[in-house]
Amino acid sequence: MNLQMFLQNLANGVSLGTLYALIACGYTMVYGILRLINFAHGEIFMLGAYFIYYNILLFALPWWLAFLIAVGATGLVGVAVDWIAYKPLRDAPRISALISAIGVSFFVQNLGLVVFGGRPKPFPVPAFFSQMVNVGGVRIMSLTFFIPILAIVLFLILSFLIYRTKPGLAMRAISKDIETARLMAVDINKTIAFTFAIGSILAAAGGAMWAMRYPQINPMMGTMPGLKAFIAAVLGGIGSIPGAMLGGLLIGLLEIMFVAFLPALSGYRDALSFIVLILILLVRPSGFLGEKGEEKV
Amino acid sequence: MLQLNDVHVYYGGIYAIKGISFAVPKGKIVSLIGANGAGKSTILRSIVGLVQPRSGSITFQGENLQGKRTDRIVKSGITMVPEGRRIFPNLTVKENLRLGAFPRDNDGAMAEDLNWVYELFPRLKEREWQKGGTLSGGEQQMLAVGRALMSRPSLLMMDEPSLGLAPKLVQEIFEIIKQIHKQGVTILLIEQNALAALRICDYGYVLETGSIIMHGTGQELLQHQGVRRAYLGIAE
Repeated sequence: MNLQMFLQNLANGVSLGTLYALIACGYTMVYGILRLINFAHGEIFMLGAYFIYYNILLFALPWWLAFLIAVGATGLVGVAVDWIAYKPLRDAPRISALISAIGVSFFVQNLGLVVFGGRPKPFPVPAFFSQMVNVGGVRIMSLTFFIPILAIVLFLILSFLIYRTKPGLAMRAISKDIETARLMAVDINKTIAFTFAIGSILAAAGGAMWAMRYPQINPMMGTMPGLKAFIAAVLGGIGSIPGAMLGGLLIGLLEIMFVAFLPALSGYRDALSFIVLILILLVRPSGFLGEKGEEKV
Repeated sequence: MLQLNDVHVYYGGIYAIKGISFAVPKGKIVSLIGANGAGKSTILRSIVGLVQPRSGSITFQGENLQGKRTDRIVKSGITMVPEGRRIFPNLTVKENLRLGAFPRDNDGAMAEDLNWVYELFPRLKEREWQKGGTLSGGEQQMLAVGRALMSRPSLLMMDEPSLGLAPKLVQEIFEIIKQIHKQGVTILLIEQNALAALRICDYGYVLETGSIIMHGTGQELLQHQGVRRAYLGIAE
């Protein structure tokens, strides 16, 4: 492989990795607060892409407005999922909410099949994202650069929200000790809704970028990226936001480089992530940046 | 100010509180003393709504607290310093204090209270940017009390503030309690350290396996033979 191809793969891997990172943040934030793996997160991601599709094709909105509205609407769907499927189970054993999450995932997928149709739809990519840019003799689509830039901007906003605002303070408090947070008059349900909204907004942004990368969408498109982002969150240390970013980046790079260096095995690219999951659970279940140690009592 | 009437609580399948009535008058220090497992913490947890009583009534400033959410109860002016301090280890000292003032939106008043807490506990000011988890036990207790004060409570409830502290620090904490009380805060104190608690309080209740078996002014209880023998370890 020559340098040019390597650079191209590197750009590709970083771009895919930051996409995984965007989705992984939603898993890790919800887990940090509720100790729940929100398996419906991949479907939220899918809905984000479909909302944009319909905003552009049905309502003929300019693409940036279509994106903004879709991302906001997806945030609301995330909050609604919590309200309908998880909130009634707050005091139930944790496994109940997990089963509920799997149920929501299947339900939304199949609802998508009914409402959107099972046939993949071509996604309209705005010209702004599909230009080819020539960087030192390597031709790369502008989207490949745009994804990491968007991700970095969103991560900065996310860090600001979590470390500099009142709802962020409440989130950090709840993730350590929900009962004492209650004693500080923190409104738990409001904070959880806030968490779901932010996670879903990040997933929708990810869905939009994903749909432009592989310019077609279908109701099952959330499954595989959702699972890989989940693996990324575990790899980085579930509950840790920097961990989710790191894990996403690593999984994306690993996947692209695996295919680049071992093209004969490219059929196994999806299996690779699961091998990583098994290894990390065997060797270091708390992930790279996760907290070691005992379950919270 | 706070009035409990024939309160019964089941907690984790156990009949923990068997019909308790007592009152905390405005401006007083009231102590609940009793051995481990007597139900002291369960009473405080019922007052702030972390546990729902089976029957009976709890009123605060004429308002029924039954079925109210914890954050509403705290907003109405009751704050609790939980047993074991429960500092947020991942937050800085200042963030812990800000969290104590969580329901309030007035930044100016909050800055004023922050100064008040720092005056009471100069050590916290020194450690403002340190993570809560890195403080010593005594500092954590100060932070827990300071955090509770940040909500400007009219009733401050403390669950075993002296637990696990060195004797010198215990004295210090009780001094602080007196100071806070002087500034007009009503206090409900739960203690295993019966001697210190009875010395400081206006009125005391003795709790045994979920029932109040005795009550009186702090002085009366300190003189009482049974209390002296069972809780103060003084044999005559």
